[in-house]
Amino acid sequence: MYDFTYRRPADLAEARAILAGDEGAQPLSGGQTLIPVLRARLAMPAVLVDLTALDELKGIAAEGGRILIPAATTHAEVAASGTVREHCRALAALAGGIGDPQVRHRGTIGGSVANNDPAACYPSACLALDAEIRTDRRRIAAPDFFSGMFQTVLEPGEIVTAVSFPACRGAHYEKFPNPASRFALIAVFAARLAGETRLAVTGGGTGVFRWHEGERAADGNGDLSEAALDEGRFTGDLHASVEYRMHLTRVMAQRALAKIH
Amino acid sequence: MNLTASRVKFGQSVKRQEDGRFLRGKGRYVDDMILPGQLYAAFVRSPMAHARITGIDADHAASMPGVERVLTARDLVAAGLPPLPCGWAITSRDGTPMKVGVRHALALDKVRYVGEPVALVVARTQAQAKDAAEAVIVDYDDLPAMVDVLDAMAEGAGLIHDEIDANCAFDWEIGDAAATEAAFAGAAHRIALTLRNNRLVPNAIEPRAINAGWDGSSEELTVYMTHQNPIGMRMFYAAAFGLAAEHKLRMVSPDVGGGFGSKAHNYPEEVAVTFAAKLVDGPVKWTADRSEAFLTDAHGRDHLTDVELALDGQGRFLALRVDTRANVGAYLSSSGSLVPTYMYATMLSGQYAIPAIHARVRAIYSSTCPVDAYRGAGRPEAAYVIERIVDVAARELGINPAEIRRRNFIREFPYQTPVVYQYDSGDYEKSLDAALELAHYAGFAGRRAESERHGKLRGIGLAAYVEACGIGPSAKLAKLGSGAGMWESAEVRVHPIGTVEVLTGAHSHGQGHATTFAQVVSDRFGIPIENVSVIQGDTARVQAGTGTYGSRASVGMSATLRACDRIIDKGKRIAAHLMGVDYDAVEFDDGLFSSKDSNVTIAFAEMAYAAHAAASFPTDEIEPGLVATSFFDPPEFTYPAGVYVCEVEIDPDTGTVEVASFCAADDFGNVANPMIVEGQVHGGVTQGIGQALWENALYDADTGQLMSASFMDYGMPRAQGVPDYKLVFSGVPSPSNPLGMKGCGEAGAIGAPPAIINAVCNALDVRHVDMPATPEKIWRLCRQGKAG
Repeated sequence: MYDFTYRRPADLAEARAILAGDEGAQPLSGGQTLIPVLRARLAMPAVLVDLTALDELKGIAAEGGRILIPAATTHAEVAASGTVREHCRALAALAGGIGDPQVRHRGTIGGSVANNDPAACYPSACLALDAEIRTDRRRIAAPDFFSGMFQTVLEPGEIVTAVSFPACRGAHYEKFPNPASRFALIAVFAARLAGETRLAVTGGGTGVFRWHEGERAADGNGDLSEAALDEGRFTGDLHASVEYRMHLTRVMAQRALAKIH
Repeated sequence: MNLTASRVKFGQSVKRQEDGRFLRGKGRYVDDMILPGQLYAAFVRSPMAHARITGIDADHAASMPGVERVLTARDLVAAGLPPLPCGWAITSRDGTPMKVGVRHALALDKVRYVGEPVALVVARTQAQAKDAAEAVIVDYDDLPAMVDVLDAMAEGAGLIHDEIDANCAFDWEIGDAAATEAAFAGAAHRIALTLRNNRLVPNAIEPRAINAGWDGSSEELTVYMTHQNPIGMRMFYAAAFGLAAEHKLRMVSPDVGGGFGSKAHNYPEEVAVTFAAKLVDGPVKWTADRSEAFLTDAHGRDHLTDVELALDGQGRFLALRVDTRANVGAYLSSSGSLVPTYMYATMLSGQYAIPAIHARVRAIYSSTCPVDAYRGAGRPEAAYVIERIVDVAARELGINPAEIRRRNFIREFPYQTPVVYQYDSGDYEKSLDAALELAHYAGFAGRRAESERHGKLRGIGLAAYVEACGIGPSAKLAKLGSGAGMWESAEVRVHPIGTVEVLTGAHSHGQGHATTFAQVVSDRFGIPIENVSVIQGDTARVQAGTGTYGSRASVGMSATLRACDRIIDKGKRIAAHLMGVDYDAVEFDDGLFSSKDSNVTIAFAEMAYAAHAAASFPTDEIEPGLVATSFFDPPEFTYPAGVYVCEVEIDPDTGTVEVASFCAADDFGNVANPMIVEGQVHGGVTQGIGQALWENALYDADTGQLMSASFMDYGMPRAQGVPDYKLVFSGVPSPSNPLGMKGCGEAGAIGAPPAIINAVCNALDVRHVDMPATPEKIWRLCRQGKAG
């Protein structure tokens, strides 16, 4: 780890000011990815701005048929939240299956969506449920927010403040965990939203995506085995080939659908 | 019954005396220690798998803030620091001695694996040391990497060590080639198989750490090192490296957070740090980070083996032929030559009467981390070979796997195998029957049908293992190439008020010696266990010993028992004076000296006081004090054995293998503490499941980079991936030590992998699957099965 300055702003305005005033400043929101990266000396931010103490980024709330999960909410808090369980049990279950208890008590939803790891769990829920990512300066629809592996449309210094999900009781998250990391080797978030099936796939390797052909098949005869799947969405690594990941996508999607229909 | 505080017996499940302080965070590890004037070391490591070093520029690094010194191999060589030795001499088939690639503590002219230390920086803070290490510029001329044993053996392959032809450290054999050939010629059946034993990363929870410094006051070199054998390391550092004379070298291994063999070796980093500490005249500390541990802690296993079994028409084994290519990595580590030879091929008879065995082992250098002992050390590789080929034979001859084993079990003991060892005792059929009963073997068909109803494939697998522990008889080991005696010492000190210290060279790094050694004393003396302290791991307190590895704590416990008996004998002599009776008339039982010739009884604590008061016996005849020492050199190895039965359930759509049940019937001889032994089996089996299903140290064939170099990519077993284990101990006492113990630390890691793979093959109805049986591999087999 290289030397850096640790800042713990009192409110969002101070956090914004620090990030705006220093190009080398980076937000820290749980650090379950960033801290290991720093420990391995793979990044050298001058300032880390810890967002997890900000009251403005805490407190799950139901509002007008939606659930608002502020950015500094930990995975454990989402998993245990009565509000989330009531309005979207699948989302609570997803949060409860991230990493291990230590990760779940540190990692936050804001950190997860801003990092957009191609094997992370939350982005698939955001995409399948048409979540809205709120920042300190705008509201971004999930399909517009995730722009590639580890890429989002966040601008320098822009802070995710919350993620807003529609209530959805017809949803299920089916994950095939990587045996080592417990990230998604492939996972599918399936949802029935406004009478239509949504399938969002994570773990493919290039970033989270909607499987539209699969959705159409689901709303048709319900059989995903022949639905077209774009090979270009997938990469192979030491854990799984492209072919196997594509196969798992079908299996996980079919299993997820079976749980909600 | 509360067994945490009282007089206890050997054989009772006494709660671990050491857990209170561990659970409260009061353990004391090397990295916890900060010495006055503490300096820190960081290593410059090779990013290349195989390359010539053409230049090292450390000028800028040396001028950076806080930097005390930058060391390279040239500094070590100029100071006359010798290269690292390999501790076990092996002779090739042609009579030539093994060829040891020169390994300096820092790479001299070439680097041979990713992570090999090239330079060492000493600075005032750890961050300064790491900053400066990054600023050391090393120029390399890249050479082709050879990570697989077949690549390193290929015609025209480059040489890891320029002076060692064909990358071959030795080409060794054991057994009778002619008798084996003759048996094969007349056999009704010949079953052949090629298999790999996957390379593993040890992953002790506490990484390697050292804090070394010259103590100007005591004029001693003091080295705190997380290690399984500090007394042996003192001898190494004195005799092999001349870092200090042995009587001026204090080696301390305080609490050690897991070893599994990986902390029994002599590593280059620790030698370099100790050398640097002397040079800069201050204490220098280095603690490996997890990445360094992955890259440089000696790996385990990595065998490629052709095995062939000859059988008669009734399924009886006639001969076994084995050809193993052991990937030893870039250098022969401390026991790198021992593990694939006398720890491996000597165990190839398994539990079976096999009239003729021949094994050839070639040790091959490669551009990978050196391989050395890891939980089981050679014996898991042997058990895997024999238990896989036996299972394939059963499958191909249409004999039930339990029956083919039963038909070939050794039944008379002692039994001389064709490969050196003479098994001391055992009852293999008893373990088999116990395991089959525990596993409800007869009901398997019903469980399989139930799994099928849920779209799952269920398989059952057996493995019968035997291992050599209690290492060992020193003279026999010397004949096999050992350079060190393998006895263990114990000194039992009785204080005037009757409390006791046991000082032993055996070293506990998770095994629970503070409890089990104290149990021996509490039982023998009839005193509360909390009145006994077990002292280990500091050469200033314990002078002689051999450490703990190879499930050999029975040796130290036997020494403890003998020392206790010497104390009792002296107590009897004193009691004779106090009671006014003959020595022969004094008895000691249940903590009390007594005699049928006297109505006086003397409690153990009273005797302790009397021995120190020295007022009531003639001190010219009996010296005061109550201290005794024993050096126990076992007459033979011990041979723990057992039978494991595993059931797996496979999801054919994903290839996931779930271990549905695991039953173990182990013969560990007499067991000191069943609860602790259960824990050892749980841990060993879990590591075995890890090897069979998930763990794999995978190097990239082209670049030689370790691909699974973190917990993100290396599949460690987790609690949720293993079932509740069912265990039974069917102990047949060992005649090789006074406690009748055999050893239990490695059994699980030896027996579990073949049991699991046999179950997987049974579920899939295939001949063989190489470890680890990853989901994709299994899915592909399921798909082929469907297509076929």
